[in-house]
Parts: sequence; structure tokens; C-alpha cells
Amino acid sequence: MTYVVKPKFHHPELPKNELGYTHRDYEGAVSTLCAGCGHDSITASIIEACFELSVEPHRVAKISGIGCSSKTPTYFLGNSHGFNSVHGRMPSVLTGANLANRDLIYLGVSGDGDSASIGFGQFAHALRRGVNMVYIVENNGVYGLTKGQFSATADRGSKSKRGVTNTDNAIDMVGIALQIGASFVARSFSGDKKQLTPLIKAAIEHQGAAFIDVISPCVAFNNHAGSTKSFDYVREHNEAVNFLDFMSDRMPITVDYAPGTVEMVEQHDGTILALRKLNAEYDVHDREAAMSFLHQYAAKGQIVTGLLYVAQESEDLHGHLNTVETPLNALSAKELCPGSAALEKINASLR
Amino acid sequence: MKTTDISAPDYFHKVVDCQWACPAHTPVPEYIRLIAAGRYSDAYMVNWHSNVFPGILGRTCDRPCEPACRRGRVEKEPVAICRLKRVAADFKDDIRSRLPKPAAQKNGKRIALVGGGPASLAVARDLAPMGYDCVVFDQDPQSGGMMRTQIPKFRLPESVLDEECQYILNLGIEFIGGKRIDSMKALLAENFDAIFVGCGAPRGRDLDIPGRQEAKEHIHIGIDWLSSVSFGHINSIGKHVVVLGGGNTAMDCCRSSRRLGGEEVKVVVRSGFEEMKASPWEKEDAMHEDIPIFNFLVPKEFTHEDGKLTGVLFEKVKAEYDAKGRRKLIPTGEPDERFPCDDVLVAVGQENAFPWIERDCGIEFDKWDMPKVDPKTMASTHAKVFFGGDAAFGPKNIIWAVAHGHDAAISIDRLCRGEDINVRPPPQVAVSSQKMGIHEWSYDNEITLDKRYRVPHREKILALRDIKAEVELGYDVELALKEADRCLNCDVQTVFTGQLCIECDACVDICPMDCITFTQNGEEADLRSRLQAPAKTLTQDLYVANDLKTGRVMVKDEDVCLHCGLCAERCPTGAWDMQKYLIDMTLAEQACQSKA
Repeated sequence: MTYVVKPKFHHPELPKNELGYTHRDYEGAVSTLCAGCGHDSITASIIEACFELSVEPHRVAKISGIGCSSKTPTYFLGNSHGFNSVHGRMPSVLTGANLANRDLIYLGVSGDGDSASIGFGQFAHALRRGVNMVYIVENNGVYGLTKGQFSATADRGSKSKRGVTNTDNAIDMVGIALQIGASFVARSFSGDKKQLTPLIKAAIEHQGAAFIDVISPCVAFNNHAGSTKSFDYVREHNEAVNFLDFMSDRMPITVDYAPGTVEMVEQHDGTILALRKLNAEYDVHDREAAMSFLHQYAAKGQIVTGLLYVAQESEDLHGHLNTVETPLNALSAKELCPGSAALEKINASLR
Repeated sequence: MKTTDISAPDYFHKVVDCQWACPAHTPVPEYIRLIAAGRYSDAYMVNWHSNVFPGILGRTCDRPCEPACRRGRVEKEPVAICRLKRVAADFKDDIRSRLPKPAAQKNGKRIALVGGGPASLAVARDLAPMGYDCVVFDQDPQSGGMMRTQIPKFRLPESVLDEECQYILNLGIEFIGGKRIDSMKALLAENFDAIFVGCGAPRGRDLDIPGRQEAKEHIHIGIDWLSSVSFGHINSIGKHVVVLGGGNTAMDCCRSSRRLGGEEVKVVVRSGFEEMKASPWEKEDAMHEDIPIFNFLVPKEFTHEDGKLTGVLFEKVKAEYDAKGRRKLIPTGEPDERFPCDDVLVAVGQENAFPWIERDCGIEFDKWDMPKVDPKTMASTHAKVFFGGDAAFGPKNIIWAVAHGHDAAISIDRLCRGEDINVRPPPQVAVSSQKMGIHEWSYDNEITLDKRYRVPHREKILALRDIKAEVELGYDVELALKEADRCLNCDVQTVFTGQLCIECDACVDICPMDCITFTQNGEEADLRSRLQAPAKTLTQDLYVANDLKTGRVMVKDEDVCLHCGLCAERCPTGAWDMQKYLIDMTLAEQACQSKA
């Protein structure tokens, strides 16, 4: 196969961010995924989010496991740190990296196979511990790399490309994330960047475990009639509860909204999220209500999307462990080894 | 916005900016691809079909295509389209066997062509193979018109000119050189079936200021002087020369002077440097030959002593613009400046002159004393008389003369067949998908980042020594291939089929130029502001397509599309395809059939 290198030329009027970069500067290598893969759209959304936030690429660590989704970090942020880990082990590698250097932005990119099957335990524990990260699951409901077997997130009753009906129950990753205490939970669709990009931006700014489940149709193996993760099905059954106009604290709020339609949600670090409510009853701070809302809509075959839950007060793993502000990897020998007198003191306290 | 009708030939023609801008609509990307493939003869024939004089135009064309070239909007400089045309001419094989043959049987129609320049020759080339008896009259002994008399040999070697004029004269055309037509009435009386007037704009404008008469011996009209140089009647000039005027004729005058003994040659222009009519590259070439250009100086007087020219006195001016943006030259009040010199060449413009057309012969003239000519059919108010080239609308350039010639030939053919000349044949369009495999296209879609390559020049000392030594040496094969690679293949069009699209955004994500947007439809101004990247070039169309499941529209801004085909490569359903749109202007019938 001959792939053309994406030309370096860009539109002469392309906007630049605070760092003087265009969104093209946040790209990586050209995707080798199938043409039309939803994952490529998620990649584009991550690029756009980092561009709009003026993220310095060297401050990002992108960590993934194995699978189509886990290949994607190659395709964005070509100047960031990256670690392509063992199948399903992204969360533990990321947790370790985060403990060593709390100053970076951690993007964990995984798929439904990587996170709902082989790495299900890892997924649960990273969120449970509140690791400060963006955990993106590129969820297509099939094993694309092995040609289209049902994954653990495939809905019961949905049909494979060959017409076989899935008889197993599906794991709802959003439901699990809510249950085990993720402090930011969202669901979106690769075909709707207007919804997805602000969610990624908000997740990056969120201090704590932010989980985004992104339905991402597999064009090669799961985009047929009978699939519940196809472009057509998701578009028809998408029940967006809100729409996020992300706003940071640096920007004054100038948009006029009709009263009652928008909720300003202040995050831990002072950034403000403007949530345009599409469903007036939906309360984005009520974990239990969110879970039951999701159940009700899932029973009707609807896919609830939007920012589903954000904790009023969030605390991450470093907060739980009471670690020092300085990243551990920046501590010198003097600080790490305070001398025999200090050791004596500790020992004495334990006697 | 209304959805785009891509079946209208003009839509995709406009996307091929170079071809659209070319008066003769030469399929530029097509011949550049042929050059890249080493098929120089084929590239030459594509040109010959459209613009008749590839070797001549490849050296002298005013290149309206290059400012239009999309590459110039993507990076700094356009593709060197003109000089690539020369490459085709330089490296072609003997193509004579591929030219049309003289008509085996004449159709009995006789056409008179006044003037043997590019316009008349283009008409004759189109008509002669169809059986028309074409008779070309010229005051000069050889054909070529201004291409021979006004373009210096160091820009256009005689051999190239002779070759391409001969290709046409060999089609069984009667050329009557040395015969000046001095009565239209007499010509009409000879009962030709049609008369084409392509006699150029032969009168150089004079400068009637004090001293003109007294010093006339050393004051020359530019185009007349160039013509005398061309025919070898003049072969020297004084050491100090002042050239008045800022057009290409002035540039040819000053550079010729440098080769005939002019050691200190100056060009003095009324206007500013930027507003000069000369092409930027011609100004550059003149300055490279140590010819300074002085601006904002209005000639006031020729100074003389004992009947001999001693210099030119100039008034200093500055440009001021009124509310309507019209320029006025206002004296600055500074003292006048005098340039001493031995000779002056006046190249301040040229005019049409039709003293030989009796005003009562049925050809109407307008208030500027120009014939009334229909720009589409080139017809005058006399049913049998057509105009073209500089004779039609005043001085333009060779490529316009060729375009006029093609149009006039169609009119003459239709006239002789008794058909309405206002009905014009539609262009010929050929569409073909370029897809060969999942990631394979039958054109080179890899985009090079190379900057424009300079054409090698003859060393200055050698060039100035011989007025016949061509200055530009032309690209060698290696440079030609590299320059050809810069072409973006704008004729390979991005064609979108809404019914096939699943709106996966793959094309939006991959497009390096952010050309593609899926959004709600709206008015054009509104749409232009809502795209992935702002669409501010209003002369470039938006391609709008519907039939999408979500009810949105696909909007593509054609402006800076690289035609790299990545949208089609990343499209999972084939909704995007890269299709070559070859658009060819239909010429008078036979010429089309002889197309390579």
C-alpha cells in the first residue's frame, strides 16, 4: 500500500492559539486505521481540544494498551510523551507515571476490548483510586483487529456483520464508572465533534479521574443494520442530555443564555463549564439519579450522551495519599534521604 | 446556498485556475503531467492544439495563468507554467507527422487575412485543414507580425519563430509578403468569402514635447526602432540612451540598446515602479542587465544643441489618489531633473490605426475610432469582416491574439456554412476517475514542498555581446521535472456523491487544508464564515452538495485544495472520488479532429 504523506501545507488563514501553534501542530503521523474509522474522528477531537486549550505538547503523556484504539496516540500530539503498553495495562502504567510526575496531563486512550475485557480490572481500579487523568474509551463494540467478534460492550440482541445475534449481556462502561466513583463521567459519539471536543477539554481541565465513553463506529465490521454502534443507529438513538460550551476562567462569560437553559458548573481549578441543558430534569451532580436515568434510557434502546456526572468536589490520588506538591521524580537525594536522625525519629514513632 | 451543479462545464473549469485564466484555455495541468512523464511531444501537441505557438509563448507569453495558479495561494510562487511550455517545445521530437495535412480537397471558400501575425496565423491554422483557401497578406517579407518585428531575438530566437510559423504555412496557406493592404474597399471587391483583420496595433505613440522636432534624428519610436533592429537596418546606438515608457516594449528597447552599444541605458517612467505595465520578470531581467529604472518623472523637454540631442528634462511628480481611487500625478515642486543622452527611445504606448479602412465600407467605428467588434464572435458590423489580436481591442498579447483567432475561425466557418455565428460550440468535456486501487491514483498526488525553480540564464557578459544570443537557456530535464512536480493537478477534481456518504468525517479530519465542512446549509456569506477554515477568497467557489442522511450539506471551499486526494483515500464508501476533468475548447471543426 502506498500512503501519501499528509502535505505540510496548511490553510493560510488557519487560526493560531496562545502558543502560536495551529491545530496542524498537534497532529501526529498519518492514521493507518481503516478509512472512515470513528477513532480518527476522536483523534481529530483530541487535537482540536489540545489546540484550543493551548496545551504545551511536552506537558502531555499519552498512554495506551493494545487494539485499534490504542494505536491512535501515534496519530495525535506527535511531540508529546507516549507509552504504548501491554494489552489492558494502560491504567497501571498511567498510574505509575502519574505518581512519579504529577505535573503532566495524562491521556489514557483505550478501547472496549482493552478496557472492558482484558483490562476490566485495571479500568475499575484506576477510576476507583481517582487517578488524575482523561480516560477515553473508543468504544465500537467489536474486536476490529481480529475481524469483528463481539466485544464485551456489544449490546445483547445486536447483530454481527455476518448476522449472528449477540446473546451475552453488555458491560456499560459509563454505568461502571459512575458506580466506582469517577468524578467526571461523559459519553459522546465520534460522529459529533461539536459535542465531543468540549467534553475532552473539560476532562483535561478536570482534576481527578475523568472518564469519557466515546461510541466510535467500526466502519469495517460494525456499521451495518442490526448493529447498535453504527453511525445510523447512534444518530437515531442519541439522547443528548446537555451540550457543553466549555469556558475557562481566563475568558469572561459574554454569551447571553435564556434563563434556566444553561448551568454554570465551576470546576475544582476555577474553570467554568457552561452546560446548555437539553433535558431540563437532568441533574449533572446527582450520581444516583444519573445511574437510574441511564438504566431507563438503555431499556428503551436510547444512548444517553453528554456530560453525565461531575463531582462538586473532586480529589485525586495524590490528594488521597497526601504526596508532596513537587513531582516525585523531581525530588533530589537530599529530600528523599533526609539522614539517620530523621530515620531514628520515624523508627521511634513506630515503637 | 443552492447545491452545486458540477455537470455545468464552467464549474470545474474554474477550479483549474490556470486554464480558466488562459485566454485560449490551454489544459495546463494535462501538459505538465505529460512533461513529468517525459512525453514532451505529447505535451507539445496539447499546447499546439490550444495555443498554436507553444515554443514562442513558452518564451514570451504574458502568462495570465501564473498569477491565477493555485500554488501561489498555497505558498509564495506559482508553478512556472510558461517556462514548462518551453520545455515541451525544447525537448519534443520531430512532430511534423502529427500536424494536420493540407486539405486534400478545397471547399471553395476563400478567406483573406490581413496581417501575418499570431491572430491571422491562428485563424489560418484552424481553417486551412478544413479546405478553406487562406490568403495571408503582410507588409513585411516574412510572417510572424509583431512576434518577428518587435520581440528581440535574445528573447525569441528566429529559429523557433520560423519553425512554428512554418507549421502553419505548410498547411497549404498562401502567404503574400511585402504587400500592404491599403484599401478595405478594394479587398472587399475581390469577393473573398470572409476577411479577417489581424494587422495589430502598428503605430507607436509619439511624445510631442519641446525639442521633439529639433532633435528628431536621435529620437526614435520604440516599436519602429525594434522592427528596424529586427530586420538588421539598425545595428548601433549611442553610448548613453534614455528609454521613455514602462511597458514591455520599453524593456525590449533598453535591453536591445545594451547590446547595440548602449553603455549607460536608463529607463524613465511617469508612474511608480509597481504600476508599470511591464511584466515583473521583464523588469527584473532589464535591471539584471544594469539598466536602472527611474520612476515618477514626466518628460518635459528634449534638450538639444546645434540640432543634436543632448538629453531629456523631467519634471518630478508624485501619485495622489482621489476619492474614486483614480491616480493623478502631481508635481512635487522639486527642481527638474535632466538626463544627458545620445539617443532616446520613445515607448510610451502604441495605437491602432486603420487609415486603410474606408469609413463608408460598412464597418462601423466607435468614438475612440476603433472598429466595433463583438468580443464573442470577433465579428465587425460588416457581415464578412472579422477582427482579432491587437487590431480588435488594442494592444494585448500573443495569447489573446490566438484566442481571438480561434473564435474568429469558428465564426468564419459558421458564416461560410450559412449558420448563425452567435451559436457557439460547447466545450468538450471528458471525465474519468483516477482511482486505481485503495491508495493508488493514476496521477502523482504526493505534494512536493519545493519552491519555484529559476530558469538558468546565459552569463551576462556573453548575453550582452550578441543581440541574437538567447538570454534564457530554459530548464534542463532535471529542473523541468522538479518544477513540473510542483503542479497541484487542479484538473483532477474532488467529486462528491452525497448518497454514498455516511458522514464519518474522515475527509474532514484528513484534509490538510481544512477545505471540507459538514454543516447546516445557509446563505453563502453565512456559510463562508462557518467553515473549518475561513473562506475569504470570494472569487473561489464553494462546492455545496446535499443528499446526506442528517440533512446537513457538504461544503468544500475550492480555494486552497491541494488536489492531493486524501479525502478520497480516507473515504470508506467512495463518496469522494478524484476525477480528471479535461475541458477543451472546441475549435473550428477540423482542428479538433487533428488533436493529438
